[in-house]
Amino acid sequence: MELRRDVFQAIADPTRRMIITLVALQAMTPGAIAAKFNSSRQTISKHIQILTECELLGQEQSGREIYYYLNASKMKEIAEFVEPFRKLWDDRFNKLESVMKNYTNKN
Amino acid sequence: MLMELKTKLNFEENRQEITITREFDLPVELLYKAYVVPDIVEQWMGTKVLRLENKRHGSYQFETTDPKGNKHRFNGTIHSVEPNKKITRTFEMENTPFPVQLEFLEFEKHNDTSSKLTMHIIYRSVADRDEMLKLPFAQGINMAHNRLQEIANKLK
Repeated sequence: MELRRDVFQAIADPTRRMIITLVALQAMTPGAIAAKFNSSRQTISKHIQILTECELLGQEQSGREIYYYLNASKMKEIAEFVEPFRKLWDDRFNKLESVMKNYTNKN
Repeated sequence: MLMELKTKLNFEENRQEITITREFDLPVELLYKAYVVPDIVEQWMGTKVLRLENKRHGSYQFETTDPKGNKHRFNGTIHSVEPNKKITRTFEMENTPFPVQLEFLEFEKHNDTSSKLTMHIIYRSVADRDEMLKLPFAQGINMAHNRLQEIANKLK
């Protein structure tokens, strides 16, 4: 199985993660997305373009406007990909917490 | 929406570092103790502690045994320690192509019963970091593949 580095890097950027969070709530036009940031419209367009190329965002035409929506299945793919690393640490830390709670009770 | 997780992983594009943060329902002294007392480290890390010298320019070496009985060793140098506050150390997996990494561990007191750990890890390159992040995912795929292979072999 090929690991998708392109998608992985797309989601690693904080502005792009913010865009993902915004469109996860509701489909938005590029203008509405850009209005949420201090960055220039061009910068945000570039981020939207990268997210679209990675198929994280989908486009839908409604009248004269284009709306971007979150491609949920793609997001699931990424979460699955970095999640084992996070889970590994979460499991270790859960263990640490329970070992130390036990330690407190014994001493 | 993503739900709030106790252990958080932060990483940004084209950077050779990650940050892992975790809130604990433990006083900071106990959290710190979990990192410096060998038999406690063994319990939560699931490793054998061969050596653990918590002092400036000290070193450590841990050993784990996988389900097949193979032994894997990890080691590092403890650059500096500040009790209940900081541990700065390196981490290296022996007999693997992965380069050594630098770890900054910060222990923070919230109140008498809760604390926070921040692990800031620096890798040799962006590619090395990405490989390490993918490792548990790749191992999961391998394990699933091996299980399929075992089942397939039994069917032969």
